This record gives sequence, C-alpha cells and structure tokens, in this order.
Amino acid sequence: MRLKLRVWRQTGPDDAGRMVTYEVDDVSPDMSFLELLDVLNEKLILGGEEPIAFDHDCREGICGACSLVINGTPHGPQKATTTCQLHMRTFSDGDSIDVEPWRARAFPVIKDLVVDRTAFDRIIQAGGYITAPTGSAPEAHSVPVPKPDADAAFEAATCIGCGACVAACPNGSGMLFTAAKITHLGLMPQGQPERDSRVLNMVHAHDEEGFGGCTNSGECTAVCPKGIPLAAISQLNKDFLHAVRAKS
Amino acid sequence: MTEFYEDGDNIADTKAPDGPIETRWERRRFGAKLVNPANKRKLTVIVVGTGLAGGSAAATLAELGYHVKSYCYQDSPRRAHSIAAQGGINAAKNYRGDGDSIHRLFYDTVKGGDFRSRESNVRRLAEISVEIIDQCVAQGVPFAREYGGLLDTRSFGGAQVSRTFYARGQTGQQLLLGAYQALERQIGAGNVEMNARHEMLELIIVDGRARGIVVRDLVSGEITTEFADAVVLASGGYGNVFYLSTNAKGCNVTASWRAHRKGALFANPCYTQIHPTCIPVSGDHQSKLTLMSESLRNDGRVWVPKAKGDQRAPGAIPEDERDYYLERIYPAFGNLVPRDIASRAAKNVCDEGRGVGPGGLGVYLDFADAIQRLGRAAVEAKYGNLFEMYQRITGEDPYEVPMRIYPAVHYTMGGLWVDYDLQSTIPGLFVIGEANFSDHGANRLGASALMQGLADGYFVLPNTIGDYLAAGPFDKLTADHDQVAAARQQVEDRITRLLAINGDRTVDSFHRELGRIMWEYCGMERTDEGLRKAISLIRDLKAEFWQRVRVPGDGEGLNQSLEKAGRVADFFELAELMCIDALHRTESCGGHFRAESQDADGEAKRDDEHFSYVAAWEWGGEDAQPVLHKEDLDFEYVHPSTRSYK
Ligand SMILES: Cc1cc2nc3c(=O)[nH]c(=O)nc-3n(C[C@H](O)[C@H](O)[C@H](O)COP(=O)(O)OP(=O)(O)OC[C@H]3O[C@@H](n4cnc5c(N)ncnc54)[C@H](O)[C@@H]3O)c2cc1C
Ligand code: SF4
Ligand code: FES
Repeated sequence: MRLKLRVWRQTGPDDAGRMVTYEVDDVSPDMSFLELLDVLNEKLILGGEEPIAFDHDCREGICGACSLVINGTPHGPQKATTTCQLHMRTFSDGDSIDVEPWRARAFPVIKDLVVDRTAFDRIIQAGGYITAPTGSAPEAHSVPVPKPDADAAFEAATCIGCGACVAACPNGSGMLFTAAKITHLGLMPQGQPERDSRVLNMVHAHDEEGFGGCTNSGECTAVCPKGIPLAAISQLNKDFLHAVRAKS
Repeated sequence: MTEFYEDGDNIADTKAPDGPIETRWERRRFGAKLVNPANKRKLTVIVVGTGLAGGSAAATLAELGYHVKSYCYQDSPRRAHSIAAQGGINAAKNYRGDGDSIHRLFYDTVKGGDFRSRESNVRRLAEISVEIIDQCVAQGVPFAREYGGLLDTRSFGGAQVSRTFYARGQTGQQLLLGAYQALERQIGAGNVEMNARHEMLELIIVDGRARGIVVRDLVSGEITTEFADAVVLASGGYGNVFYLSTNAKGCNVTASWRAHRKGALFANPCYTQIHPTCIPVSGDHQSKLTLMSESLRNDGRVWVPKAKGDQRAPGAIPEDERDYYLERIYPAFGNLVPRDIASRAAKNVCDEGRGVGPGGLGVYLDFADAIQRLGRAAVEAKYGNLFEMYQRITGEDPYEVPMRIYPAVHYTMGGLWVDYDLQSTIPGLFVIGEANFSDHGANRLGASALMQGLADGYFVLPNTIGDYLAAGPFDKLTADHDQVAAARQQVEDRITRLLAINGDRTVDSFHRELGRIMWEYCGMERTDEGLRKAISLIRDLKAEFWQRVRVPGDGEGLNQSLEKAGRVADFFELAELMCIDALHRTESCGGHFRAESQDADGEAKRDDEHFSYVAAWEWGGEDAQPVLHKEDLDFEYVHPSTRSYK
C-alpha cells in the first residue's frame, strides 16, 4: 500500500509546531501503526532528518504508552484498540492519514507526538490505592469477594492510563480515568475504609492538575481502548456526593 | 576451550544458610542485623526499575522508613514491562486440595529448571509465594474468583496441580498496578523520590562499594550523578538481544551490563526461555512478537498435519490425518508440557516440513474441541480477550480457524549473579527480579517470574538489605569525587562517541541483524560450530556498528535514536558472552539445547557430572577474555533425575 501521512512535528515545548507531509510506499497490511512509523523513521534517519518521536513500549495494547490522534480520533478508527494494536489493514491504498499528539491542557507536548502524562500519576498519589503495609496482610480467603463484584472491579481496573479519554474530551477532562480507579477500589471490601477520602482527594487532585470538568459528553468512552463505561463516572459522582455529605 | 575465556576461582560463599531447608529463610532473617527506625531515615536506597520487582521493593523500603530514589525509562512507573504478563502467578496455597504444598512447588521448580537452580532459593520462593497472594489481595488486586467469593486458580504449563492465580489474561497488569499504587502512595507521602523518563547509564563505585548511578534525563538530556547507601537493580531481562521477542521494545541490558563491566559477575547468560505459544512472524517490518498466554494450552490442542507439505485448510484435514504430537509423545502431560519441551517439539515438526502458515513456521492451536465441549460462551469468557488480540494482529478469527503459533524468545533466566541475600559481587549492589539469575535454573516454569519478582521486592530484599545497611550511612559523596567524576565522564564520552560516528546505517538495522544471528545460532538449538560462527559474526558486526551507525540529533533533549544506540551497543557485548557461555556448556539443559547432547529420542541430555554448576562470568576488560567462576550446585532434597514428561 501507498499512504500519505501528515504528522505533527514540534521540536520542543516552546516550538509552535506544524504538520509535515510524508509519503510511505511499501506499507504491508500486516504492519501495526507503530511499525509504519518505524519504517518511516528509518527513511528519515537515512535521509538526514530527525525521526518522529512517539511513545510506545509493550506494543501489545497493555502498557498504555502509545498515544497518537489518528485522523482526529485518539488511537485511530478501530474501536477498543490501542494504536500499537491498530493494523494497517484497517486503511486502504492511497489513504491520507493525519497523526497528532494528545492535545489537552494537562498533557503538555514534550516533542513531536510525545506528551507529558504525569498528571495521572499525581491523581493516583492523592488516594488511588489501598493502604496495605507489606508483611502483615490477612489470609487471602478471610475476605470473600462476590464474583460479580470481583468481575466488575476487574473491568474497571483494566484502565491502562493511556489518556485517550482526555484527548477526546472537549473539556480535556480526566474523569473517566479517575472514575475507573474509584470504581475498581470501591467495589472491593478492602477498599471501603478509605472510600470517602479517596474520592475527595482524587477529584481534588484531578481539578488541580488542570483537567476540565465532566459534562457527560461521552466522547471519552467512545475512544477508550479498554471500554471503560460512562457508568464509572456515575459511580464516581455517587461516591463523591456521599463523601461530601458524610463530611458535612 | 580457553581460546574464548579464562578459568577463575570457584565461588566460595553464597551466604546460603545450611541445616534443615524448611527453616533456612527464617534463620537467615533472624540472623540479619536490624536497622533502628531513626537510622533508616538517614539511609538512602536507589532502586532502578519499577516493574514488579522494583516497584514492590521501592514501596516496601519506603514503608520501612528508608529514603528511596526510584528510576524508570518509561514516562510512568505503571508502564514497566511487567504490565504485559498475561497468564498468572503461582502460589502453593493448595486451595483446591489437589495435593499441592510448599514442598511440591519447590520440587516442581527445581525439576522444571533442569537442576540448575539453587535449592535454598527455590525453597524460600515457594514459602513466600503464599504470602504474596495475601499481600496482593489486601491491596485490592482483582483476582479471578469463584461464585462463592473465594479465589479461583488454574493449571499452567509444567504443573499437574491448579496453583496459578490470575486476573483474566492481564495478571501482570493487575499485580503491577497493585505495586504501582503502593509506590505512588509512598511518593505522595514524600518517602520515594520518583524519576520517570530517566535512564541509568553507569554504576558509581566508591571504595569498593556501590554508591550511586549516573543517569540521563531522557527529556532534557541532562546527565547527573545520584548517590545512595545501596543500589538495587530491578531492570528486567535481556531477551531483546534477539530483536524479535515478546519483551516490550524498551527492555534492555544496560543497567546490568554497566554493573557487570564494573565487576559484578554475570551468571548463566545463555539460558534463554523460548515460549511455545506466540503469534508467528508475518514479515520483515515486524518489531516484536506477541505472546498468546500459555493458559490457552489448558483447552487448546496443538497439532500439525501428518503429511509433509500438506497445504489444505485446517478444516479440510480429517482427524486421522492430524498429528496431535504433544499428546502423542508426552501422554502424561499432553499439551501442558513445560515450555522448553513444547517449543522444541514445535521446532522439530516444522523442521520435518510439517509446519503450517507462511514459511511453514507455525503449528495449530485448536479450540474446536473445547468449543464443542464447553460451548462458545464459556470459551469466550475464559479466553475472549486473547482471541480478540489474535484476531486483531492476524486478521483471522480463532473461533472459526485454529490459531497458528510458533516459539519466540520470551524470558532470560541468566542475569547478574547474586548470593542468597540478593547481593551481587559488588558490595552494596543488590539485584532483584528478572535482572538476577537465581531461582529458575535453566528453564522457568510458567507463572513463576511474577512470583519471583514480588517475592524479591516485597519480602526478601527488604529483609536482607538491612543487614548491609546496618553498617551505613556511608560517607557523604559529592559530584567532584574522583570516582564519581570518572563514571560520569564515561557516560559523556560514550554519548559523544555515538553521536560523532554519523554513518550510513540505522541503529535498528544493526539490532535486527544482531537478532538474526542470535536466533539462528544461539536460539532454540545450539551447536559448537554455529556458536563459533556467531561469535565471529558478532565481533564483525560490532566493529561495523562503531563505524557505520548513524545517530541523528544531539544529546540535549529527547533523542530516542540515542537511547536505542546505547542499548544496542551493550547488547553486542552481552551477545558475545551469551555465545561463549553456550559454547562452553557442552550439555543440554532447559532452555539451552546443544544439538551434540541429546538422547536417541531427541530429548535433551544433561551432564550433571560436569555441569552441575552456575557459570558466573567476570568482565575481563575491553579486549580481554571473560573469566569463568563456577558455583557448584548441591541437591540434598530434590535429587537430579532425568526430566521426563512422558
Ligand atoms: C508477554 C509476556 C507475558 C508474560 N507472562 C507472564 C506470566 O503470565 N507469569 C509470569 O510469572 N511471568 C510472565 N512473564 C514474565 C514476567 O512478566 C517478567 O519476567 C517480569 O515481569 C519481570 O519483572 P521485573 O520487575 O524484573 O522487570 P520489568 O518489569 O521488566 O521492569 C524493568 C524496569 O526497569 C526499568 N529499567 C530498565 N533499564 C533501565 C535503565 N537503564 N535505567 C532506568 N530504568 C531502567 C524499566 O523502566 C522498568 O521499570 C511474561 C513476560 C512477557 C514478555
Ligand atoms: S479510561 Fe480508557 S481512555 Fe482513559 S486512560 Fe483509562 S484506558 Fe485510557
Ligand atoms: S505500546 Fe503499550 S499499549 Fe501501545
């Protein structure tokens, strides 16, 4: 296949950035989208240009490192798929494809397609955990967890922290990410003691980081590669209200 | 065979306690010096790596009261390679009452490792496995559960009991998130200083002790020297030396290799685990191989056509023209034989010309029977996400046609040599997780790496490091100290040298070529002739690399080509040592299959009389030969026997 790529190039945080056009001709339908960039980068290097910087690691759809807004959609056109798992057979010969970084106030661009997502880590620091000191845990079977709860907690826990939800949201909100963690921990008996403080602290940290508020537009779940549902956000809202009331 | 290495002294002391094996760990713990809480605050520990090993260690050390500095090359500790582990984690809980016990897990692991691991370590691992599950459950890890609310388990390659705990096909992710959340909590509390997007490029040794590291901030390009009272490497495995592997793209050997060059012994580098169930290679563009969890072998049946070159679609091949070769050769274990056995069997049938798919490098993993027996819904509930992943990558629907799989490089059992306390041969340098060599012998059983990473990080290291740190805090260091400045200079010189070559080949092209040499000659099957050839090819390619590689850009700022170049440079040196190690070990064991050493049935033939030892290599110098030190292995509790799964 032959493709035309328009890629966002930005030398650093202070550079204005621009779209640059490249042609790639020997594209195999079996390539992943990142392998397409690898091939292009090899060419750029040999041609004396700097390769395009992008984040990636596992290339198995699980580490959450890869990003890329492809033709306007975070992680591209295929539903429930990360960019590294998106294969070129989804595209057709002669297509023109736009590639841009995640754009959100809380995710400043570092270079080209690489953005800074450490704000997510700071939301977790604010309370996205269960305080369980090492070495003194109770026997695992001493607290049964009903299977439906465990399954639902697992579903929420599959969030890979990629940030596509933020990139898709018109408000740049990180609510789906935050809600996924709140839902995961809130569904387990182990997560109950810190449930109220967790939601208050995490939502506070979320806002402090410059993520926008959630107005239920639903763009986030549409692009989420792990299918985290909007119901997670309702759960967060419920927990939040409960915690505020309990406090006052 | 001294044309490639020199012989050194045997390793005298592994610090393993003697006496009854059941109480060795308890006695060691009791014997270790304690550090009082007020002093812990004054002690700093550097932890390189935030995977299951490093993440759990950093969180636990911080919780104990030490000041911790943590490093990883990804943008967030949550993305460490451990996140990709699919199948599960073993623990001798015996929740199923199917005859499991600490002793059986110990026994299976020593046997599975082909009698090339240490009894004391493995026994400790089996003991701690039980506590790991408790710890992770307390953290909220959403393991799979039964309807009654209790934890579910499954069986995994090489085990006849159901001792593997799992969270669908994403066990590594869930366990890592547990450790990451514990780590973030300590970061939030100010006890851990987290440095993401930072790469360790050198070890700092002062007065014979590991006292710090030289790191490059991958965003600003700034190089700094960081000090501590002890350094812990949890930097993962080196399977990416093969270029194509199931490892994350960034996995590398640099942290370990830099320590090796400064005096840490590197043990058993040739032991590579090849995983039998990966998606076959589809073309030259391929950048990595994807694993299909081994748990699939619980229900999937492996087969190839009986006839050579049978090109018919799988559905058109009648039952009696199929060879379910694992069930045929290994009736007791069938499709569940350990990885080394399953991988070699797949290679053999493909070598016979009975492989399927492009190039004949594949075998079928068929779910038709399981779908018929259990129903599609049940199969979907168990393996749905793996099936989806397969379909996305290959464009084929595994509910309709059997999956095609082929072995791929997956895990490295070798690593830096450590004693029972997980301390390397450099005082103050500890090594945990896949980066050390200690617990898996020549072959790792499924679901054991996660167990080892967490055992090391949550339970072993936090106990043993105190014994060392009790002598600290050590003298304060500054950046202008001779040995510190020299380490920093080494890093700067290397970067300058790489950037100055400005040749006409990319880093990736060298890496791919190195990978092909390694797969061909130091992969699933090794021969004397092939290994000698590989050593010479590697030396030539390495020389070419230093003349022709092109690393664009500069050192100031994010430069992913520069990062790769440094890692590939270290892979060249490691690759040579792997081949030398493989060449000297003229026996077959676990992941090391020497074609010259097999029995009449083509099964691996161990040579306990001559090779029942750990090969620990000392860096000889830039143009000198490595030096071989042996650690003899004793088996008091599990007597070496021919490993048969028939
Ligand atoms: C696809 C796949 C599936 C697997 N499934 C299973 C399974 O089901 N069960 C099982 O038991 N095992 C499994 N394994 C093996 C297991 O995942 C790994 O062995 C284990 O996670 C390694 O953990 P670790 O903490 O030692 O290292 P890693 O998780 O690899 O972490 C390494 C860390 O070191 C950092 N690092 C490396 N070099 C540097 C440097 N120079 N400077 C700074 N930081 C550095 C990285 O950033 C990272 O944080 C699987 C492996 C793969 C590839
Ligand atoms: S909620 Fe979905 S889109 Fe958002 S970070 Fe998690 S996985 Fe990514
Ligand atoms: S590279 Fe890990 S999710 Fe895409």
